[in-house]
Amino acid sequence: MTSTSPRSSPANGPRPNAWNLLLLVPFLTLVTPWFNTSEPRLFGVPFFYWGQLVFVPVGVLCIAVVYAKNRTERVVPVAGGSDQVDDPGEGTTR
Amino acid sequence: MIEWVQLSVFTVLFAVVTVLGFVASRWRRARLDHLDEWGLGGRGFGSWVTWFLVGGDLYTAYTFVAVPTLLFSAGATGFFALPNTVIFYPLIFLPVQRMWSVSRVHGYVTPADFVRGRYDSPLLALLVALTGVVATMPYIALQLVGLEAVLRTMGLNGTGLLGHLPLLIAFVILALYTYQSGLRAPALIAFVKDILIYLVILVAVVYLPAKLGGWEVIFGAAGKKLATPNPATGQPTGSVLLTSTNQLQYVTLALGSALALFLYPHTVTGVLASRSRDVLKRNMIALPAYSLLLGLLALLGYVAIAAGVKPITNGATGRADANTVIPVLFDNQFGPIFAGVAFAAIGIGALVPAAIMSIAAANLWTRNIYKEFLHRDATPAQQAKQAKVASLVVKFGAVAFLVFVDPQFSIDLQLIGGVIILQTLPAVAVALYTRWLHRWALVVGWVAGMAYGLFLLYQIPNVVAKRAHFGGSALTMDKLTLLGWHPFAGSKVQIYVGFVALLVNVVAAVLVTPMLRRTGASAGVDATAGTDYYADEASGQLEPAATAARGH
Repeated sequence: MTSTSPRSSPANGPRPNAWNLLLLVPFLTLVTPWFNTSEPRLFGVPFFYWGQLVFVPVGVLCIAVVYAKNRTERVVPVAGGSDQVDDPGEGTTR
Repeated sequence: MIEWVQLSVFTVLFAVVTVLGFVASRWRRARLDHLDEWGLGGRGFGSWVTWFLVGGDLYTAYTFVAVPTLLFSAGATGFFALPNTVIFYPLIFLPVQRMWSVSRVHGYVTPADFVRGRYDSPLLALLVALTGVVATMPYIALQLVGLEAVLRTMGLNGTGLLGHLPLLIAFVILALYTYQSGLRAPALIAFVKDILIYLVILVAVVYLPAKLGGWEVIFGAAGKKLATPNPATGQPTGSVLLTSTNQLQYVTLALGSALALFLYPHTVTGVLASRSRDVLKRNMIALPAYSLLLGLLALLGYVAIAAGVKPITNGATGRADANTVIPVLFDNQFGPIFAGVAFAAIGIGALVPAAIMSIAAANLWTRNIYKEFLHRDATPAQQAKQAKVASLVVKFGAVAFLVFVDPQFSIDLQLIGGVIILQTLPAVAVALYTRWLHRWALVVGWVAGMAYGLFLLYQIPNVVAKRAHFGGSALTMDKLTLLGWHPFAGSKVQIYVGFVALLVNVVAAVLVTPMLRRTGASAGVDATAGTDYYADEASGQLEPAATAARGH
């Protein structure tokens, strides 16, 4: 459901952006065998707990990069094109 | 024994938010006789307001009470709430923008409005709306469970109807200002709630472990208590790490809950109230701050074990109420003034989501049942009036639920709510990307997923509570049957029921779609265009919020 797979764009729609794949990275937190251990501990907290807490900033970082990349790659619409300004959020070039 | 100092602090803070709730109707002054204004705050909330509103909406008082309680009683499995929120934002980052744009262009107020427009099917929209209302009602009742846990800890632990009186008073006040101010009320109150919650939890996770001898000691005590066999089952009650049988349950519950969270009507209400796609995107980056809070708070369940907390006996039901674990911890460990602040944080934290959920349910009723089937040409003013009244009905329905029915029943129903709301995923979330699934196939999938999900839930016993049915959402794969066939016979591995039911739903919808195509059943007319899904604030595609909705 993350919509990162390529799909056909409507005429005026933005195209998928490869950076969107970064949104899949936080899903690594679902691979429980990787972190279902007590060691190493942090301030006495087992790895199971603090390891998953670390994924919160990881997720934020991934979303922030996707957000920024979609922004900076914004392309000015070609003159004479549609007067609709596409949202930069999901990809940009047209 | 009533704790007067705590109760005074609580009452003062409660009074402050009551004033705010009524003042909210004048905030960004508008005609509140339009559903866009009353039910979506004028679709104009900026980044900060959205952050507080959606944060208050998704991280409810019940979450703050129930998640630590889960760790307190079952250990590591309760921590699923954290990965759930970790994957939630990357999961919805793209779909939520499409949802916002298409709803803004067409003036959709509810997810069922979108389904109506996308599939040209009032029946499918009705199913989605009913699912939303049924799933939301027990969720509202659970906010009351959170509020009541706090009130009872402060000593207002009466028996019978009298015992519910403080709760009733709090809820009448909430109902009045929500009626008056609509979504603006929880938006404004959320500021107070969240500042209090951050303050309380940050103090708690720094101060309490230091006081109790550090995290090493706390986890030691938790491991020891969880390993003690339960007299009813002879098995340990839980463990500090996941076991070989509950890892799949942990993963599927985290994933299923994240998907469900996107589909709950109150989430969509919070999303549609924001001003632009950029506001949403920035919030997807900022909202996880609440997730850190939730993760730290969850660990307080173990702190409560180390502190030797005993849950309070509920004066109304006569049983130990596990949800009082965190309030009792604060009561025992903090001075009376700070404990009062902490209780106000949880109590006010119940009001914000309860208000948003009742508004979301009222919007569903008004748009997809009242306007669709009872009063086709209702004006925006009539719709707003209808929604205001509906929000009152919904709230008092929730109170009646808690007062006249065993609170345990609300908890069971909320569990079922998560499973059934997931069944709207193909019609709502998949539809944001493709219309390949036939509308009648979606109806078939909904029926299949719903029936199978409820059937599986019925099969799950709860040995500890001595109940044979609806005992939880973790299904032992051994019990998974398909028309008498047990594909995983002998397996002790557990899985989240909602996930299995959703699979059945999707498979049914995918299989039935080509059959319907062959018979030539009408697919209906799609009211949305491809570019609608990208429309934004500055695109010139949008009319002012209140006028856009008028045409529908």
